[in-house]
Amino acid sequence: MSFVTIFYGISFYVATLILFIGLAYRIYEYSIIPAPLKIPTPPAPKTKKGVAVRLFREVVFFESLFSATKWTWLFGWLFHFALLLAALRHLRYFTDPVWFWVSWEIVQAAGHYAGYMMVFGLIGLLGRRIFVDRVRYISNPSDYLMLILIISIALTGLLMKWFHTDIYAVKMFFVGLMYFQWSELPSDFILLLHLSLVLLLMIIFPYSKLLHAPGLFFSPTRNQPDNARDQRHISDWAKKLESKK
Amino acid sequence: MAVKEFEKPILKEYSPIPKLVEQATSHLAPFKSKEDFQKSLGYPGELVDNWQEVALGKMGDLLKKYRSLRVYMDSCIQCGACTDKCHYYLGTKDPNNMPVGRQNLMRGVYRKHFTLPGKFFPKLVGAVDLTKEVLDDWYSYYHQCSQCRRCAVFCPIGIDTAEISMAAREIMDSVGVGQKYCNEIIGKVHKIGNNLGLPKPALADTLEGLEEDVEEDIGVDVKFPLDVKGADVLLITPSADFFAEPHVDGLIGYAKVFHQAGISWTLSSHASEAANFGMFIGSYDNMRKLALRIREAALDLGVKRIVFGECGHAWRVAYSFLNTLAGPFDFLDPRYPVPQHICEVTHDLINKNVLQFDKSANDGKIITFHDSCNVARASNMGDIIGGQFSLPRDIIKATTNNFYDMDDETIMEKTFCCGGGGGLLTDDLIELRMKGAQPRMEALKRVVEDHGVTHMAAICAICKSQFSKAFQYYGFELDQIISLHQLVGDALIMNKKEL
Repeated sequence: MSFVTIFYGISFYVATLILFIGLAYRIYEYSIIPAPLKIPTPPAPKTKKGVAVRLFREVVFFESLFSATKWTWLFGWLFHFALLLAALRHLRYFTDPVWFWVSWEIVQAAGHYAGYMMVFGLIGLLGRRIFVDRVRYISNPSDYLMLILIISIALTGLLMKWFHTDIYAVKMFFVGLMYFQWSELPSDFILLLHLSLVLLLMIIFPYSKLLHAPGLFFSPTRNQPDNARDQRHISDWAKKLESKK
Repeated sequence: MAVKEFEKPILKEYSPIPKLVEQATSHLAPFKSKEDFQKSLGYPGELVDNWQEVALGKMGDLLKKYRSLRVYMDSCIQCGACTDKCHYYLGTKDPNNMPVGRQNLMRGVYRKHFTLPGKFFPKLVGAVDLTKEVLDDWYSYYHQCSQCRRCAVFCPIGIDTAEISMAAREIMDSVGVGQKYCNEIIGKVHKIGNNLGLPKPALADTLEGLEEDVEEDIGVDVKFPLDVKGADVLLITPSADFFAEPHVDGLIGYAKVFHQAGISWTLSSHASEAANFGMFIGSYDNMRKLALRIREAALDLGVKRIVFGECGHAWRVAYSFLNTLAGPFDFLDPRYPVPQHICEVTHDLINKNVLQFDKSANDGKIITFHDSCNVARASNMGDIIGGQFSLPRDIIKATTNNFYDMDDETIMEKTFCCGGGGGLLTDDLIELRMKGAQPRMEALKRVVEDHGVTHMAAICAICKSQFSKAFQYYGFELDQIISLHQLVGDALIMNKKEL
């Protein structure tokens, strides 16, 4: 077992733990903090089913962002959609045998071209950060670095089109990690760079603004049904004020 | 501290998004609350010695009590979607008045004291210590937010700056730095029952005067009852309705509606205020105490329904929070929602043909309607989605012949705040108020030029007061702002047979 294999093997275990435990802990935290008052924004649905539809539209179409600014919407939506397509393509590295639909030509091809779309969207977002004075003002170094990190992940991924690596060995490495039967990871430079950047992204996810992903589902302005008059909504800590009297 | 002269904004046809000017309104901050006002609300009288520790403790406490605050501190992507949405940014060009700029004043402190990356790499993520300078910035800029929630409508995550500015104000109050305007007023309501500090005899006298005026005017004995036990409806209305112009014409309109529909109603001297300034300072405790006065009055008078007059923030607290703060209201008539908005009452009576109108009475006016921010973005009417927009418009159309809406981007859920909401309707912030009114004034100017609009109707006491000032400032006439229920009252055909 080479040093590279051991190093990346352990790193992926650690990063996966940080990502999943960190994210699960954040979600747990959000779920136990009460929302003491009803604060949905219009157009506010009256029912839980309506809320589900609203959240679906936000998550899939970025509806609010669309009404706010078309450029940010375009770049942001392209990037996120591309991320989904690329993720689906990558499922072939983690499923053995590969799920039948993952191996479809259309899924694989879409995942490949999504890489370019992702870079396009991210460069658009970076451009806004640099050239729009208002967005420049609010940008911290971490905001630029986050974009550069994800652009680098996409680019190193695309580069493997030209700098070939033994993708079957890569797959065996990841499947091996999942089933605790380790196998060698090819030590091609671009591949290792790609994987290192992914590790970094996994580790910072639960500590960064990437928390907007679970955050949206816990956002009271979006996830509350507008039924304050029909159903009394009261948090535990507010209830204690009542018994004090 | 005299209010300084400032450059008057020019109303343009279509304003481009302004280039930012750093520190443009860092000099603006409202007068601080005096020691006795602070203490009467349960806050320290002046900045406490260990204020940093207390403030961070309070912040930690609020982060555990309000999911909104915690999720919104974590979730901002700094995407910039909100940056051109705040009327105060558009009017002042100060980047700290961009919603995200305002939020980041607290987010920097949050990152420093409550997150690992902020502790280890403060520069990288924009984390800052809570210094005296930061506290001063908080005081200045969290009092340049009218909590109107326009930003929250556009944010892809739904981050609501109002939640953050409310939390900031509560943290500041907890270390002894409160705002005079809000805290003085809340003290008056706790003690007397309304924002103006109007005691019962004065209120009774005012209402009697109104009865005489209306009788003289239309020859109908319209009553303005006070503390009448056993009345069906308890009307809770902003105290400005008792004598400020144009508010009082709205009150006369409600009284005519009740009179004509034969609904017995009463005001209460114990709960003679609809507005709940406890919300502005983010204090659940104070908000709850003020709301409980309404419950007490309803129980004491034995009414069957609670109806709110025209008041934006009041309606937010009433519609969205009253059941939470002072419920359950199972002692009231279950056939009606609790509470109801006066527009819901009037709308319903129009639909049932109980009220008849002579629209020509309003023919001298060409009307537009200003959606008050807290009605538009924090409440509902009629229990239909968007009812808070359609009900008032239906009423205007039933009572007038000439109605034109302003630009789509400036009405309904995208409406601009008047510039004076959220506890900022005070003369020490006049520069902010006038600059913040600019986007609404521009939209108004367009319908004035395109359709000859003569009057703007509103359903909020703060909007009405703020526009009375802003209209004069921007070259409109003071009396072009009117209460929606003035239109109703003027066009309503009154049955003169009654005594």
